[in-house]
Amino acid sequence: MSELLLIVTIGGERVAFPAAAVESVVELDTLIPVPRAAPHVAGLSALRSRVLTVIDCMRSLELGVTDCSDGIREAAVVELDGHHYALIVDLVEDVIEAHSEPTAVRAAMGEGWERVSQGMIETDEGPMLLIDIAALVSGAEAKAA
Amino acid sequence: MDDLISEFIAECREMLEALGGEIVAWEASPDDRARLDSIFRFVHTVKGNCGFFDFPRLEALSHAAEDALAEVRGGRRHADPALVSAVLAIIDKIAEMIAALDAGDELPVGDDTVLIQALQERAEAPTAPVAATVAEAQSKAVAPRTIRLSVELLDRLMSGVSDMVLARNELARRLRETTSEVAVDGAFERLSSIIAEMRDAITRTRMQRIENLFVALPRMVRDLSAELNKQVLVDIEGGDVELDREMIEMIRDPLTHIIRNAVDHGIETAAERLKAGKREIGILSVSARQSGNQILIDIQDDGRGINGKKLVEKAVAAGVIEKSEAANLSPREQLALIFEAGLSTAKQVTAISGRGVGMDVVRSNIERIGGIVEVDSTVGLGTRMTLRVPLTLTIIPALTVSVAGQNFAIPRSAIDEIVRANGESVTLEKLGGAGVATIRGRRVPEIALAEVLGLESDIPERERSLVVLRPAGADVYALAVDRIHDHEELVVKPAAPAVMATGLYAGTTLADDGSPILLFDPAGIAQVGGVKLEAHDRAARIVETPVAAAEVDTPVLLFVGLDGGRRAMRLAVVDRIEEVPTSSIRHGAGQLRVQLGEAILPLAGANGELPAEKVRLFRLNDGTCEIGYAFREVIDLSAIAHDVIPAEHPGEVSAVTLVAGEPAELVDPHWLFSTFLTATERMPLQPVCRLPADDPWMQNMLRPIVEAAGYRVVSEVDEFEVDLAILSDLSAEDAAAARTIRLRAEPDPASEKDQSIYRYDRAGLLKALKSAGAGRR
Repeated sequence: MSELLLIVTIGGERVAFPAAAVESVVELDTLIPVPRAAPHVAGLSALRSRVLTVIDCMRSLELGVTDCSDGIREAAVVELDGHHYALIVDLVEDVIEAHSEPTAVRAAMGEGWERVSQGMIETDEGPMLLIDIAALVSGAEAKAA
Repeated sequence: MDDLISEFIAECREMLEALGGEIVAWEASPDDRARLDSIFRFVHTVKGNCGFFDFPRLEALSHAAEDALAEVRGGRRHADPALVSAVLAIIDKIAEMIAALDAGDELPVGDDTVLIQALQERAEAPTAPVAATVAEAQSKAVAPRTIRLSVELLDRLMSGVSDMVLARNELARRLRETTSEVAVDGAFERLSSIIAEMRDAITRTRMQRIENLFVALPRMVRDLSAELNKQVLVDIEGGDVELDREMIEMIRDPLTHIIRNAVDHGIETAAERLKAGKREIGILSVSARQSGNQILIDIQDDGRGINGKKLVEKAVAAGVIEKSEAANLSPREQLALIFEAGLSTAKQVTAISGRGVGMDVVRSNIERIGGIVEVDSTVGLGTRMTLRVPLTLTIIPALTVSVAGQNFAIPRSAIDEIVRANGESVTLEKLGGAGVATIRGRRVPEIALAEVLGLESDIPERERSLVVLRPAGADVYALAVDRIHDHEELVVKPAAPAVMATGLYAGTTLADDGSPILLFDPAGIAQVGGVKLEAHDRAARIVETPVAAAEVDTPVLLFVGLDGGRRAMRLAVVDRIEEVPTSSIRHGAGQLRVQLGEAILPLAGANGELPAEKVRLFRLNDGTCEIGYAFREVIDLSAIAHDVIPAEHPGEVSAVTLVAGEPAELVDPHWLFSTFLTATERMPLQPVCRLPADDPWMQNMLRPIVEAAGYRVVSEVDEFEVDLAILSDLSAEDAAAARTIRLRAEPDPASEKDQSIYRYDRAGLLKALKSAGAGRR
């Protein structure tokens, strides 16, 4: 049985999250900022009774800032070490099947992408970049430290 | 059949858990029938079930133990240490087999004759070291009924209830918007209260008393001390502290390890202890308590302690630290080296500890759950380890505040007081850009929350509120916030690492409307805000000294007298405030008196017209006598911080001063007592005698005689004047006593001048008591 992938768009680029890691896809409306937190932490939100730490994927990849001012954003909810995170993405597309194991990308990618890459994975829709969710959540600062 | 077996296994496990502590306690007091019975019940249950399930080995073991215990129950045999050890060994074996059954393995084949033979009565039983327990009396007679549930199910239940709360809040909003019907509102109110109750109960289900962790300790220490040939007494306290169930599991191993270390390396053998001048039985005390948002678990032994210098030598030898570094370590840092990997001061490796798995593992385990381990030790006196474990999932009383339109919560335990920045007693100053608030003469560093958080606050500085915070163990500072909202009980959960990395927050919580709120860590804010907590400590003392000398801050009660005068009464003389019907105030024996319960007190302050129905009065107390003082109303609690202008003539008012910005007359309690207390009021009072509180002979043997002679007995704690002091130290003085009686232990006086009385000279003692009592009249 091959791995399922969730295809999302971040900064205009279509990439793949391991679908097993994603609990749900939500639309965030309220966002409570966390002053003094790392820039890629967009804030907190609540999914029913759970507090979600909202990660701005654009910031995490150092691609720019997602504009959250217009209200509702789409986000993928993941759980990592007992904490729930919502990853803000441009668009959540579809779940598709992977056809291969991830292989290293030898071409030079952007620095941010390089950090979160788990390798290239073959799908029906061509090669996709498989994202390391933990790296995405920890952001640029954690790597530097 | 499988179902039956798994039920049997679950039952056995539960009984085994409960039994660990029981059996050691039983050894300590072999006559304790209740404990014997519960152990007997266990082996009996096992035996009965084994026959049914066909586990011959288990059956043979439990049967043998049952027989031996039955003899003890029948009084035909005494529970000696050998028997206890043998029964313990059998129970361990049973536990082992049950664990194997649980894992789905076949029962191991083996021979248990050695174990069974150990139960046989021997003429000469070797004496095993005793490990007695003084654990809090656990009456296991009525065990609460319990079932087992998976944590996941509980979590689902919890989040379900939380969702229900949110749905209720949503419904409440909708109901407010539409036209309200009384019937609907009533039903909704009921629903609300039921949900609140449920939420409370569900939160409780996640919590467990730490007792469950402690119950196994006496048994463990007993086995350890037997193995090491030491004598250890376990003292357990605070078993009723509640902790997240998962957390209890997480600290089980570190706690076990620390206790093993304490018994193995800390506590000496009986011979060594006697040589060091200690009691031969070592004491290991384990206690738990809640402090703010942490649970503190102390493990203290009175053993040989940790030698910091030796640790440093070892650390240098092992290459953990540089030699140059080593010289600069504080004693505390030296001790902290114990947590470095690969260090142990034990001279030899024993089977118990020192197997390379050291304190570094303990520390990393505790740190993994967000806790801290601290060590404190004095060579020769003992060691104390403190585990500080965060309350992961807990209800914290908190104050919600807002800054720049965003809500935050502050744990109430850290809050000293709340003042308004524009209040009378508060001034704000800037020193080199740093804020300093002076609150009633006390200088405290001030931080604007908006600045710490990097937010823009649109409230001018003067209109903010100051929350004076005292982080655990540190000095105070003031935090300026825009608005204070509400006191709430919040269910706090840990925040994600990215949020915790700021150092500002202790966790997150959900407000009633379902939006997340961040809970501050007061110590973290101080740190981020750049307040030097320790340095400030010293500076504040320097500031405070002259202030304290210049202004004597006497707390007073500001009130309006019956004649409408604004007066102040020193708080120290006011016992309490009473309200009595006007009818209980009467003229009697030349002055106004008020009846308060059984007592009739002289009444002062009745210089205006008495109210028609009820009179409020202060009950004043000078330590021996009481009088009442009638007044109209209390204005406020305040302090005299200004100059006092004394009155020209002695009278009810001793001085005039400014209290809270307006003049007020200061009532003179001395004049009140000297005027209103006539001789008659003073006479029936008992003479007072002071006895040293810490002298058991005085308290147990002498006190009844003194009291029978008509004295009221007080101790050194009450420093006021007494009529008589009795001392056993011939050279001691009691300056505040009208007379002194000295007692000596020898029948004959040491010299001619010796005025003391032999302590068993009853007649002489009574005579002295009588003459001292008469002398005061």
